[in-house]
Amino acid sequence: MSLLSVRNLTVGFGDQDVVRRVSFDLAEGQVLGLVGESGSGKSITALSVMQLLPPEARMEGAVELERRDLNHLSERTMCDVRGRDIGMIFQEPMTALNPLKTIGDQVAETLVIHGVARGARALARARFALDRVGLPEERFPLSRYPHELSGGQRQRVAIAMAVALKPKLLIADEPTTALDVTTQAQILSLLQDLVRKEGLALMLITHDLAVVSQVADQVAVMKDGQIVEAGRTESLFRRRHHPYTRRLFDAASYVPPRTPLRLGPPLLEVRGVVREYRLPRKGLIGAGGSLRAVDQVNLTVGQGESVGLVGESGCGKSTLSRAILGLEPLQGGQINLAGRKLPEPRKVPGSLRRKMQVVFQDPFGSFNPRHKVRRLVSEPFYLLRGAHGDTGTLVAEALRAVGLKPAVMDRYIHEFSGGQRQRIAIARALITRPELIVLDEAVSALDVSIRAQILDLLTELRQEFGLAYLFISHDLGVVRAITDRVYVMKAGCIVEDGPTHRVLSAPRDAYTKELIGATPRIPDAWAEEAAG
Amino acid sequence: MVRFVLGRLLSLSLSLVVASLVIFAVIEVIPGDPAAFMLGLNAEPDTVAALRAELGLDGSPVQRYLAWVTGMLQGDFGTSYTYRVPVSELVAARLWVSLPLTLYALILSTVIAIPLGLIAAARSGRPADFGIMAGTQLGIAIPNFWFAMLLVLVFAIHLQWFSAGGFPEWDEGVWPAMKALTLPAIALALPQASILARVMRSGLLENVGQDYIRTARAKGLSRRQAIVRHALRNALIPVMTIIGLQFSFLLAGAIIIENVFFLPGLGRLIFQGITQRDLVVVESVVMLLVFSVILVTFLVDLAYAAIDPRLRRRA
Amino acid sequence: MSGAVGKMRLGGVISLIFIGAALLSFFWTPYGVEALSVADRMRTPDLAHPLGTDHFGRDILSMLMVGARTSIAVALVAVGIGMVIGVPLGLLASAYRGSFLDDLIMRGNDLVFAFPSLVIAILITAVFGPSAFNAILAIGIFNIPVFARVTRGGALAIWTLDYVMAARVAGKRGWRIAIEHILPGIANLLIVQGTIQFSLGILAEAALSYVGLGAQPPTPSWGRMLADSQTMISLAPHMAIFPGLAIVFMVLGLNLFGDGLRDYLDPRKGQLA
Repeated sequence: MSLLSVRNLTVGFGDQDVVRRVSFDLAEGQVLGLVGESGSGKSITALSVMQLLPPEARMEGAVELERRDLNHLSERTMCDVRGRDIGMIFQEPMTALNPLKTIGDQVAETLVIHGVARGARALARARFALDRVGLPEERFPLSRYPHELSGGQRQRVAIAMAVALKPKLLIADEPTTALDVTTQAQILSLLQDLVRKEGLALMLITHDLAVVSQVADQVAVMKDGQIVEAGRTESLFRRRHHPYTRRLFDAASYVPPRTPLRLGPPLLEVRGVVREYRLPRKGLIGAGGSLRAVDQVNLTVGQGESVGLVGESGCGKSTLSRAILGLEPLQGGQINLAGRKLPEPRKVPGSLRRKMQVVFQDPFGSFNPRHKVRRLVSEPFYLLRGAHGDTGTLVAEALRAVGLKPAVMDRYIHEFSGGQRQRIAIARALITRPELIVLDEAVSALDVSIRAQILDLLTELRQEFGLAYLFISHDLGVVRAITDRVYVMKAGCIVEDGPTHRVLSAPRDAYTKELIGATPRIPDAWAEEAAG
Repeated sequence: MVRFVLGRLLSLSLSLVVASLVIFAVIEVIPGDPAAFMLGLNAEPDTVAALRAELGLDGSPVQRYLAWVTGMLQGDFGTSYTYRVPVSELVAARLWVSLPLTLYALILSTVIAIPLGLIAAARSGRPADFGIMAGTQLGIAIPNFWFAMLLVLVFAIHLQWFSAGGFPEWDEGVWPAMKALTLPAIALALPQASILARVMRSGLLENVGQDYIRTARAKGLSRRQAIVRHALRNALIPVMTIIGLQFSFLLAGAIIIENVFFLPGLGRLIFQGITQRDLVVVESVVMLLVFSVILVTFLVDLAYAAIDPRLRRRA
Repeated sequence: MSGAVGKMRLGGVISLIFIGAALLSFFWTPYGVEALSVADRMRTPDLAHPLGTDHFGRDILSMLMVGARTSIAVALVAVGIGMVIGVPLGLLASAYRGSFLDDLIMRGNDLVFAFPSLVIAILITAVFGPSAFNAILAIGIFNIPVFARVTRGGALAIWTLDYVMAARVAGKRGWRIAIEHILPGIANLLIVQGTIQFSLGILAEAALSYVGLGAQPPTPSWGRMLADSQTMISLAPHMAIFPGLAIVFMVLGLNLFGDGLRDYLDPRKGQLA
């Protein structure tokens, strides 16, 4: 008998339906993976089960929990169901907790609200719940505040709150998307452990097929508000019946075709670079300490070479990339570009700056919303003062190179999708005819199908213009797809480097091994069958 | 926490030093010879010399500044030139009118504003919210001293519930004094309460959209519970900033509004000081006003730390 | 959104009526404001004097029209002072965030915040004597830290955006980025804050001239009309009511306009409800 049964669920805003006739079942002790790209309706489906949709949404169909239709419960009764029968955790652990209350109080609140326990007894049970999710008393007393915890630890607190009353169903909406891979692995195994030992049913919403392949018993693939394919995980992964499922899988593991390039002499040389930040002073007189974000780093990128730089958040890879771009002063070492030493940030000459450009992660924050594409793309022209050539022609050329029509130059940036914006960002980087492009998590915010297209584009451009890439990412899959060599960074230091296929298949450093071990992968055997 | 308080105390003293330097510079250095300034154009040279000696103006500005500050630290604010009594006595008597009035108004404003802001946020988009927003929009636009005059017109002259002005000394009991301060306090409080209620409302609504409220709802809290148990405390942070700022507005307002009710407070003292060019009085009262504003800023900082654990340094 | 436009329109119309009346007063007022007429003193509103006359027999409507000039001029120039000095300070502090300069500017701001505009006016007046100019100076000084803060806060948010980083990679210097990207980005904030300070300036000017620290006779001003009316409030309440209403409507108009403008420029705010 299924615990949760969703029948013909349709959710709409205004006259547009964002979830259409969705049906699925979930039994006790089972994990259902709901997979799809952004806008596929998977989060809305989860919120419908919780009855937490915004008031302007309209909902039809049935959501039955143990044969009780939640759609027909009063808001008051539904409050009793939430937290007691269904728990839910969300994507962003940094903002999911109230910053002003202790973690003990926040976990205990679940018990207090449902009248299960109060005062010291509620706190004792909160303690138990926190122990259960791997936050032991010695290091995580109840009196801790959220800002004293890391993202992974906060996600554990959120899980403790959701499971404190041992609900029958837990809904997890992209619970590990904002976390590093090693933390992701820990949170996923915690969730699996809860399912196995407490008989909880888990509805896991994610965009990541590899995560689903490791955790879920059942999978439902969503597209444009509909479930296009559903079934047991292994058989669905092996069969890939629906064309969209197939496309999704191909895009996720996409490796652009490459012809080997002849590599030139070193273009970028980073030698013993140190970047320290002064920490804020304590009080008015106390001297502040300093934080070494980049510590004695050596790194080389040859002409026309594609080099990866991987590491988890806070390891210093973004600081290093800013130093390479001539935006951060160094406290030691030096950076050479095309044989010339990079001076301090204010003194970098335009002739040197134009040799390197950058593409950022966020396709929304990368552009001044007040300017048209023509002006956005031509901004680096500033470096080519006195250069010949008409702006319009050069912008048009750059736009054509990234697969956009020149006519788009008279539009504003908000008229474009995320993938198109990333193309425009690449056009902006191309306009000075640079030799090196720093790609800072440049495809991380994109859906897999768009990501595959951008990876293709990057590969083509590299062949066409002989570009070198420094590809900074936390995603080993993407690094594997597009780089020749890779550096692994941890706590400001490079711990390992070498040819990408060697480092990723036979890592030598303990941290690299941990990183690779933690990265979820679809079992190779499942993929073979589909290919054959 | 101790360290936090010490740091704030240090910054408080620093502000006081700089503020006193500014006041000293404006009052005693810019006019050239303060004694000649106070006596006016037709003063006899002898009289000016005598006043110079009395004010201790013969030293260098540095010596005079130090003398002024050490005097204040010992409670000696100098002697008023017009009243011929120590300024500390003059100020002490009047402070007991202005300061209670300011605090009365501050409490009144807070007590009115917080529930109004809560109701407006809880009923956002509904008639109650609309009414509160329209009322506060009007409240913000009303000058407090004019509102005070209207209150006198209605409640003192027509209804005769209150006297139109004057102040019984505190010796005659707390209630008569409080009653005399009630109309002025209401006049001061309502415009400020309007601002505060709006800040409260928008603070709450901003927090209601936050992720942690969604988490709370997923735990089984109703919308109202989520607002009261979670959003309220977070919304209080901007509210406290405004309460701190309001102290200085209310203090200034109290000084102005004393004119409407003929209250013997600091306002009367300082405006007489200006017309009679009694710089000693002006200098001391201004220093006192600035001191109280800085002190309140310090208290607000402490209150921040009490509410927001992120500001407390782990010592 | 339509609510925002409606508010803006209503507030704009009210403000324009006052500004128009102030401008008109340069050419024409129903009566001369210096014409004293003892026979007509303290007349209640009628057809000849729609808002009545004061204790010297002057026409209150004419006085209000000329007084609007003082109010608007003082508040407007004070906003100008605050912007011209405060905005560059805030930009500077944001460009060198965390530095000694930033610290110095922000501490200086805190210090000025400790002096309410009334106290600044008292200090200035004690030494230089009362005048409309001193009122402008006092309110203007008070406005400086307000604009510096708004500018710094808004600018800090923009400095961290990737497009500013892209401009730096394009080799642009700090001041150029400030002019091309930061200032346009905070222009909305500054315009909205400008209307708020404008309306606060009207209130402050009224308060200062009410206690005699603002415009001096014979320059008419709303605050002093209220001060004059005070002793006669039971005999001629209209003398107190109309100047007060003028202040209320002027400020209300500006606030509505500013509120509507903010909602219009920042749709996110509108959705909060």
